Amino acid sequence: MIQIRGLSKYFGRFSALRNLDLAVRQGEFIALFGRNGAGKSTLLRLLAGLSRPSSGTIQYSRLAGSPKRLNPRSDIGYLSHLTSLYLDLTAMENLRFYAQLMDIQLDEEDLVQRIGRVGLAGREREPVRNYSRGMQQRLAIARAFLHDPEMLLLDEPFTGLDQSGSDLLKRVLADAHARGKTCIMAIHDAQVGYELADRLVILERGAAAFDTPKSSLSLAEFREQYMKNATDLTDA
Amino acid sequence: MNKIWAIFRKDLLIELRTKDSFNAMLFFGIVVLVIFNFAMESLRSSIHSAVPGVLWVAFAFSGTLGLNRMFAAEKENGCLQGLLMIPADRGVIYLGKTLAATVFMLIVEFIVFVFSLVFFNLTVWAEIPYLALIFFIGTLGFTAVGTLLSAIAVNTRMREVLLPLILFPVILPVLVNAVEATNIVLNTADYHALKLPLTVMTVFTIVFGTISYLLFEHVLED
Repeated sequence: MIQIRGLSKYFGRFSALRNLDLAVRQGEFIALFGRNGAGKSTLLRLLAGLSRPSSGTIQYSRLAGSPKRLNPRSDIGYLSHLTSLYLDLTAMENLRFYAQLMDIQLDEEDLVQRIGRVGLAGREREPVRNYSRGMQQRLAIARAFLHDPEMLLLDEPFTGLDQSGSDLLKRVLADAHARGKTCIMAIHDAQVGYELADRLVILERGAAAFDTPKSSLSLAEFREQYMKNATDLTDA
Repeated sequence: MNKIWAIFRKDLLIELRTKDSFNAMLFFGIVVLVIFNFAMESLRSSIHSAVPGVLWVAFAFSGTLGLNRMFAAEKENGCLQGLLMIPADRGVIYLGKTLAATVFMLIVEFIVFVFSLVFFNLTVWAEIPYLALIFFIGTLGFTAVGTLLSAIAVNTRMREVLLPLILFPVILPVLVNAVEATNIVLNTADYHALKLPLTVMTVFTIVFGTISYLLFEHVLED
C-alpha cells in the first residue's frame, strides 16, 4: 500500500530520519516505538504530506479492490496530541467546518450522533475552550474519523485521555482495524501498542532498528527488546 | 468555492466571538489618527494634503496587526495541520484567508475613515465611490501579499517583527499609489489622473496575488 524507500529528513544538521525503508501493507496496524526524537512524528508527518522529505520516496499504491491510488489528502486521517480544533468554535461548528472542507454532507443529526459516539453528548453546542484536555482529544477522534479514512496516522493519540477515553479510542481503533483500515501509530506505551497492533517497529535515530510481526513474540519479550534498545542507545 | 467560503466563514465567526484582531486593529488605526491630528495642529491650513498619507499609514499598520494574528491563531492547537490535510489544492486556504483579511481590513478602514472625517474636518459625498474603489483595490493588494508573508512569518520565532519587515518593502508600490490616488480624490478632484495609480495597483494585485496563490502550498510545508 505504501512503499517507503531511502527516506531521510533533515532539520538543519539534525537528521530526524535516515535512509528509512519500510513497506506498509493494506489493513496492517503498525505500532511505532522509539525514544523522543527517534523520528516517529517526523515519519507520520511525511506520510501525511505535512512535511517534505529531504531525500527518498514515499510511494502510495492502489487500494485493493479499487482502481484508485491512496490519496494522502483524502484517504488519510491524522490524529495527534495536537487536536486541530478551534477553541472558540463549538464541537458542532468544528466538525461542520472540517466536513465542509472534506466535501462531506452531514446534517445536524449526523453531527450530534458523531459527537455522542465519542462520549460528548449534551456538550455539542459548547465552545471547545470549555472542554477539558481529554474531552478535546475525544472530539479530535471524531474529527479524524469524519471521512472514514482508509488509513489512520496516529501520533501519541492517547495523550490526555482518561481511562474511559482510552478505552473508547482502543475500541474505535480495533473496529477500524477489523474493517480493514490501515493504521500506523506512534506510541510509548508498549502494552497498548502491543495490544492493538499486528506489527511492531522500533525506530532509533531515524532508522528502523526492530521490525517484527506481533505473532513472533510475547508482550514480555517485546518489552525486553524495547528496553534493550533504549538501554543500548543510552550506552552509545 | 465552498471551501474558500467555509474558511472565510470560520474566520469571521471566530472574530465575531473573540474580536481579538478587530479591536486591536481598530484601536491602533484610531490612535494613529489622534496622534497625527495633534501633531499637525499647527498646520491646519494644509492638513488636507496630509490626510491621504495619514489614512494609509493607519490602514497599513492596523492591517499588519490583523495579518500577524491570522496564521498565529491557526498554529494554536495544530489547526493549520488540520487545514493542510484537506483534500484540495492548498491555494483554497490562501484564498479563504485573503478574503477574510480583506473583509476585516475594509471594515476597520471604514470606521477609521469615518473618524478621520471628524478629526480632519473633511466633507465627502461625491468622492465616496472613488474612495471605496481605491480602498478596495489597495486593501486587496495589501492582503494578497500579506497573507502569503504572514504564512511564512508564522513559522519563525520573531513573527511579529518579521512580518512588517518583509511586507512593507514588497507592498510599497501599492501603498504609494494608494496614497497618490486618495490624494487625487480628496485634494484635486482630477479623476482622469486616477487611471495610472489604479492601474498600477490593479496590476500589482493580480500579479502578486497569482504568485502568492501558486507559492502558498510550498511555504506551509516544512
